[in-house]
Amino acid sequence: MFSTQQAFGNNGKMKYYHNTGPVEHRFSPYTFNGGTVLAVAGEDFAIVASDTRLSEGYSIHTRDSPKCYKLTDTTVIGCSGFHGDCLTLTKIIDARLKMYKHSNNKMMTSNAIAAMLSTILYGRRFFPYYVYNIIGGLDEEGKGAVYSFDPVGSYQRDTYKAGGSASAMLQPLLDNQIGFKNMEGVQHVPLTQEKATRLVKDVFISAAERDVYTGDALRLCVVTKEGIKEETFSLRKD
Amino acid sequence: MALASVLRSDYTDSVNKLSRFDNGPEKIEVRAALGEDLGFAVNASFKLSDEGIKKKMEFHHGTTTLAFKFKHGDEHGVIVAVDSRATAGSYIASQTVKKVIEINPYLLGTMAGGAADCSFWERNLARHCRIYELRNKERISVAAASKLLANMVYQYKGMGLSMGTMVCGWDKRGPGLYYVDSDGSRVCGDRFSVGSGSLYAYSVLDSGLKDDMTVEEACELGRRAIYQATYRDAYSGGQVNLYHVHSKGWTRISQEDVLMLHQQYKEKAEQG
Repeated sequence: MFSTQQAFGNNGKMKYYHNTGPVEHRFSPYTFNGGTVLAVAGEDFAIVASDTRLSEGYSIHTRDSPKCYKLTDTTVIGCSGFHGDCLTLTKIIDARLKMYKHSNNKMMTSNAIAAMLSTILYGRRFFPYYVYNIIGGLDEEGKGAVYSFDPVGSYQRDTYKAGGSASAMLQPLLDNQIGFKNMEGVQHVPLTQEKATRLVKDVFISAAERDVYTGDALRLCVVTKEGIKEETFSLRKD
Repeated sequence: MALASVLRSDYTDSVNKLSRFDNGPEKIEVRAALGEDLGFAVNASFKLSDEGIKKKMEFHHGTTTLAFKFKHGDEHGVIVAVDSRATAGSYIASQTVKKVIEINPYLLGTMAGGAADCSFWERNLARHCRIYELRNKERISVAAASKLLANMVYQYKGMGLSMGTMVCGWDKRGPGLYYVDSDGSRVCGDRFSVGSGSLYAYSVLDSGLKDDMTVEEACELGRRAIYQATYRDAYSGGQVNLYHVHSKGWTRISQEDVLMLHQQYKEKAEQG
């Protein structure tokens, strides 16, 4: 858009603006709202953590939009990517959980939720939900379980996974600290809940340092057989 | 669409309304990676334009899988060997993917191409095989199972599915090995290798095959072929998963990290 002031240059003469030819503009149904999610599975617990920044382009919409959603007493899902699809997807999952509860008279287990989510995502194979999901919870034996997904429903069970905008920065750190990868002569100690919580906090602090879309605050959900505990910690706000 | 009827869910009305969404210039491109019909690399690029900030949605891809028939005297068998790496663009999404899908105790399916496409359609195939068993009171043949899969994906030909799979099993006619892909091919054969690292696996496989091989020799050949492919192909790696299909069904032989195999082979080469 050229205002009259801009159409006339500094010396008062009219500017010819460079004609680039007709430019087609299309409506894009997607936008990227940023955010990082992380899940770690322990012996008898699971942690799902996410930052709470919602961005679009160069702006921040809000500093208080956590990306972890509680599904059942033993399962939490973290969704990052396009916020519109995250909201719709969680609504659909909640509805399907209710339907299952009413027809089967029991709550869905973590692994059943994971398998169901895979088919929900694949149902939109040709117009995908732009969401990177990670489910964290307890399996039927009470052990921690993490399931990670791609936008069209490919999934697998992991011990730890990072997803979202800073995933490529966080995943190598988790590989080293939790998976003991590329370390020689180190004892493989099982992960305690305290160590896992400290690690997750440190990892998000690092992500907030180097990823523009991650920051503001960290929401941590710890899933144990006692239930789900939520904690919030602040991160860099710049 | 047909996909909606497969899933049979009330939440697919959105699919019906939006399946005609025309992405225009943001088309789904299907490109062959290395060889024309052997490599798979699909880039579904849904670009988000927001003042020049573009982020592509990445799906998981990249692999080496192989399967071959062998015999030892009168005993026949099929060896199936796969790597375990999944890539999303140039990011390694996982090093521990299960690329052999256990359809039932005597049928296996391998995964190459789009991870979600392979796992979804092979899981669907498992459902159809079970229905066949219940209706006909006998196990489905490998030929029929592979035909079911081929016909299912043929309906989506041209829509961007990426799937290169080998259906391996044992039936009345002995060992069965079929290659099925999302272009509509369905070929019966004695040996196949699929994926971005298939060329490297073929060279090792073809030079090492003999008329008469014991199970151990065949397993070692499969393992070595996948290892060599992971060595040279950037999109293959992780672990080598090995299965053996025989008259009583399939058995999981081993799962070895490629790093361990590298050290093993290096020691053997230094000794011998």
